[in-house]
Amino acid sequence: MESTDIVVSIESVSKTYDTGFKALRDVTLGIRRGEILALLGPNGAGKTTLISIVCGLVNATEGKVTVNGHDIVDDYRAARSLIGLVPQELTTDSFESVMGTVKFSRGLFGKGPDPAHIERVLRDVWLWDRKDDEIRTLSGGMKRRLLIAKALSHEPQILFLDEPTAGVDVELRKDMWGTVRKLRDSGVTTILTTHYIDEAEELADRIGVINNGELILVEEKTRLMRMLGRKQLTIELHDPLAELPERLGGFGLELANGGSELVFTYDTQADRTGITALLDELNDANIGFKDLHTTQSSLEEIFVNLVKRPT
Amino acid sequence: MNLHGVKAIYLFEMARTWRTLLQSVLAPVISTSLYFFVFGAAIGSRITEVDGVSYGAFIVPGLIMLSLLMQSVMNASFGIYFPRFIGTIYEILSAPVSYFEIVLGYVGAAATKSALLGLIILATASLIVPIEIAHPIWMMFFLVLTAVTFSLLGFILGIWADSFERLQIVPMLIITPLTFLGGSFYSIDMLPPVWQTVTLFNPIVYLISGFRWSFYENADVSLGISVTMTLAFLVLCLMIVRGIFRTGYRLRP
Ligand SMILES: Nc1ncnc2c1ncn2[C@@H]1O[C@H](COP(=O)(O)OP(=O)(O)O)[C@@H](O)[C@H]1O
Ligand SMILES: [Mg+2]
Repeated sequence: MESTDIVVSIESVSKTYDTGFKALRDVTLGIRRGEILALLGPNGAGKTTLISIVCGLVNATEGKVTVNGHDIVDDYRAARSLIGLVPQELTTDSFESVMGTVKFSRGLFGKGPDPAHIERVLRDVWLWDRKDDEIRTLSGGMKRRLLIAKALSHEPQILFLDEPTAGVDVELRKDMWGTVRKLRDSGVTTILTTHYIDEAEELADRIGVINNGELILVEEKTRLMRMLGRKQLTIELHDPLAELPERLGGFGLELANGGSELVFTYDTQADRTGITALLDELNDANIGFKDLHTTQSSLEEIFVNLVKRPT
Repeated sequence: MNLHGVKAIYLFEMARTWRTLLQSVLAPVISTSLYFFVFGAAIGSRITEVDGVSYGAFIVPGLIMLSLLMQSVMNASFGIYFPRFIGTIYEILSAPVSYFEIVLGYVGAAATKSALLGLIILATASLIVPIEIAHPIWMMFFLVLTAVTFSLLGFILGIWADSFERLQIVPMLIITPLTFLGGSFYSIDMLPPVWQTVTLFNPIVYLISGFRWSFYENADVSLGISVTMTLAFLVLCLMIVRGIFRTGYRLRP
């Protein structure tokens, strides 16, 4: 089921920093209620800048953002009340207690005390047993989870996670992914930025790719994979070839595995993949083969292709 | 109005005070007592009375003002500079709080703290010399107004500063000299006429004069001028803070 209920609407947003650096160029994006959207892009692409604008940390130079219909400038109270932000850097106080800082966040966002909710949030991020400890005694992974707890303390509908797993070891990444899925299941719209392709591939419903301040595309993950995914057909030959026969030159084939395999790369999006023609040609040339199999390129390759594309 | 938000900021700042109780309260009390002994004893033995008040008692309001100004500026500037420095300011900026509410939380806490400190110093001083307060309400009025105004100034400083050095240099290089030259330890009319005129450009003169008047009913400038100047300075600071948030200066790039 595809929902098109837009909860955050970003229209033609541009950002030029005081340094004159253009960090975002005319970004338009609608974030759907309940989805996990991954913003994928290399360092310096403008991911944090985009999030910061929506959350009120950076003023946009041009454009308009609404959250649940509330303009983030004119109606910032209503807009910001709906949002939780987990920043990229592990910025926490040191001497505050875990519980104290989560309660602080809830109050800051205008909500009265609710011990039951705070307990639930702290349990969800496995910090309940550390609730009375000073923040400085927590490990990096725990601090990240604490920042998530703070962001969730005021029951936001939308959560921004800026590089939630940057510099985090494999185990913790898996934990974090579990946390994000749990959040989505609870109905929170989640936007996460990452420069890890596998993370986007693992978690996201949709993926937006940002490079050089431009949102290159936003697409359903599955469709993105289908649309842009190149497939490779590997043909295992009966007899190895020393070199490619001339008549096969038009297919862009490669010889692999010491000449015992032919690799054909094709675009799934194209009207004709060229597979039939290739097989006919092999037949005519009397090149026998034992087996065929196809592999789909990963999001990583897709991504590399995208950002290589001249802008 | 996000009262929960104001309360959260205010209590957070006050909690910071309790955690560092020793340096926040004890240090100013001790240094003021030292001033008191040194000035009171050394100079007081030569100048017995100023305007009919014993010298020891005469300097009390000025000494309280000195602490009040320094503590207000330092507390408030640190209170907002530190979250900027470590990055936790992100949460304040992303929260549904208005600039007025942010200021209320930070400046309110800094002013509370320095006003309490002023009262503690007053209590300490009253143990050493007999002090009369002719107009307790006016005394509190000047105490609170000064605490608020200079906490606002500190808040502005904390937003402007981009290093700890700058944060500390302003109170040391500007507030301390102006306070010393503002009649903390002498009456303006003890100065040569030229210096009397120069002194009137020092805003702190009006604070100390008004504050001292509330104790001993003698003042260098009239009460009305003291109140007007103090309020004018408050309004000026408020306008600067408003401008800071309007433009996002140093807070929202
Ligand atoms: N406050 C700022 N002033 C000037 N340039 C900035 C500022 N913040 C970020 N930038 C620049 O904007 C670009 C995008 O940064 P950012 O949004 O943090 O990228 P990402 O999060 O995708 O790594 C970078 O080149 C960065 O140097
Ligand atoms: Mg970033």
